[in-house]
Amino acid sequence: MSFPHVLLGLLEPAPRHGFALKTDYDARFGRGRALGVGQVYATLARLQRDGLAELVGVESGEGPDRRVYAVTSQGVEELSSWLLTPEPPTAYAQSVLFAKTVLALLSGRPAHEVLAAQRVVHLERMREVRRLARDGDLLSRLSADHEIAHLDADLRWIELAAKRLGQLAAEQGAGR
Amino acid sequence: MTAPLLEGAGLGLSFGETRALDDVSVSLAAGETVAVMGTSGSGKSTLLHCLAGVLVPDRGEVRLDGERIDDQSDRRRSNLRLRTFGFVPQFGDLVPELTLLENVALPLRLLRVGHRAATKRASALLDELEVGDAALRRAGAASGGQVQRAAVARALVHQPRVVFADEPTGSLDSATGELVLEALVRLARDRGSAVLLVTHEAVVASHADREVVLRDGRLDVLAAGTV
Repeated sequence: MSFPHVLLGLLEPAPRHGFALKTDYDARFGRGRALGVGQVYATLARLQRDGLAELVGVESGEGPDRRVYAVTSQGVEELSSWLLTPEPPTAYAQSVLFAKTVLALLSGRPAHEVLAAQRVVHLERMREVRRLARDGDLLSRLSADHEIAHLDADLRWIELAAKRLGQLAAEQGAGR
Repeated sequence: MTAPLLEGAGLGLSFGETRALDDVSVSLAAGETVAVMGTSGSGKSTLLHCLAGVLVPDRGEVRLDGERIDDQSDRRRSNLRLRTFGFVPQFGDLVPELTLLENVALPLRLLRVGHRAATKRASALLDELEVGDAALRRAGAASGGQVQRAAVARALVHQPRVVFADEPTGSLDSATGELVLEALVRLARDRGSAVLLVTHEAVVASHADREVVLRDGRLDVLAAGTV
């Protein structure tokens, strides 16, 4: 994910200081991992250097002063262009699950057990994601939908792989 | 652990030479949703029909609140399906000439609930399922999503103890299916009804609290994490 672009997106609605951006980022995209505020200010400084954001004031209060940034018109243009550019699809085939299944097959170990065990934990994770999102707002539901769709893709592959392994075993059995 | 609401123990059923179910045990607690997964022909619909008293197993027992139901007469089992169970079939199976509202009120009318009270309850449930706007549309002229939401409402309107849903979203696009399933599981849970959800899709099964997996008529213990 392009972190500078995400920050631009969070900054676009209104000028804000780095700490507010950090809090917003953690809530929407953090998934339990908090961002360092230093990383936010370093990125804001780069955005300023590139003419995509500008310093519009300093808020003082308890603790250190907080520099307030706003998006420039060039920044809005850059953000729109980034949002509308499709992401290249990731090469999912190179997952650990795929590698484990192949290695189990190559080594004569029971690949269907690898698949069956994975199906159980995938389903458990799907249920957990649903539970967490059940009473959540729209954003947490969208986030859950996204993760569930990816888990579902794995599970569909697991079902198909198990079927192919079954076919293969039947063919080998018939050939004997 | 609480006593099961509905329990099938050691169920077996053969059709001629074909063994559709072989020593399958499964139970449901009140308010619990259990998915029965498996590929086509694995016996999952047969299991549903045995638990719901539609089919009588050759072997094993089905108990509701600890009382056997599989050895009851056709008439008593039919009565049980009307009063105690609700059904969501794959294609809704509403009466096409009736409105969605009339379809949903039908189980209550069969239970001799007055017209006004039945209509009121059906209407409230259609609103909860966000299909209230289409309540007066004939089922034959409604969209697949509207029909399936109405089918969920019809299955729940008489406050059944158990809802049997056989591929309930199999006829819908996946996004509409997700929303219909969410509604079914939420409304059943709110009312303390158990749900038996038959599906071949993991994403559908993940709406349930746990799943059992059938393979060639037998429970696949390896695949079922929490049986």
